[in-house]
Amino acid sequence: MNGSTQKHALFPIKNVIGFGLSLLLTFVAIALGVSHALAFGPVMMIIMGLAVLQIIVQLFFFMHFTESDGPAYHIIGLAIGIINTIAIIAGTLWIMTFNSQVH
Amino acid sequence: MSTLNHYKEPEKQSHSTTSELLEYQRHDGPLNILGFWIFLATDLLLFACLFATYLVIRTHVDGGPTDKDLFEIPGFTIETILLLASSFTGSLAVYEMRHNDKKRLLGWLVVTVLLGLGFIGIEVSEFLSYIREGATMQRSAFLSAFFTLVGTHGSHVSLGIIWMISIIRQVAKYGIEPINARKVFIIGLYWHFLDIVWIFIFTVVYMTGVVS
Repeated sequence: MNGSTQKHALFPIKNVIGFGLSLLLTFVAIALGVSHALAFGPVMMIIMGLAVLQIIVQLFFFMHFTESDGPAYHIIGLAIGIINTIAIIAGTLWIMTFNSQVH
Repeated sequence: MSTLNHYKEPEKQSHSTTSELLEYQRHDGPLNILGFWIFLATDLLLFACLFATYLVIRTHVDGGPTDKDLFEIPGFTIETILLLASSFTGSLAVYEMRHNDKKRLLGWLVVTVLLGLGFIGIEVSEFLSYIREGATMQRSAFLSAFFTLVGTHGSHVSLGIIWMISIIRQVAKYGIEPINARKVFIIGLYWHFLDIVWIFIFTVVYMTGVVS
């Protein structure tokens, strides 16, 4: 569109930072997993935390998450998806491992 | 009244306002984009069910191969890097589209497709090597859950590749205009979403296997 020519000189710095961060998070996760410096529980907690950070990188650096035409209804939609995802996974694990806890 | 005037002028230079973006210009553009976000939320639930299943029966190996026996760090690390890189190049495609550069847009879409094909190629060869070792889908509950979860993601990526190729053809033919802009933006959302799902497969499936 008009005005695009002078914009083109800009470097996609945001995208490059996002890519750098996602690689960094991945390598930290692998390094933690391979080093066996910590026990299984703590390592998995940290790696899951890194995965959540990866979501944030994808949403904000690549997916234009804050963009919307009017009210940001898509954020509500995604929030419901995430809440239900957590409910399904946590609920399933709770129910399905309950038997092994009481015996 | 002056407050109303004040409200009208948000910052122009960032894309936080969508009025200047092609993909929001037709009346159905924003609806399609919102609809696609809601589809992603429901697709997330599909994966939530598969992840929950996997976590419950991960250790039910029936004397067969375990996750620790099977998973090799170089293989899934390369898969992860390929998919992260393709997510990056996909975002560059949208960046170039917004700077009205058709050639670069097409170039980055092609690179994204090639990286996606590389990912699928490695995944298929990984699956085939498991099957050669006797670790088939029928072998144990663990392997059923593994192939279903990772295979569902892989089939999403395969579909995304076909979809992206068809959009490359559309852009090559009709150029950067509101309908194609919306299509490129939406395939971008799909592609980044699959990257997010893969990060969790990487963490919950592969890294759990390596660490345990």
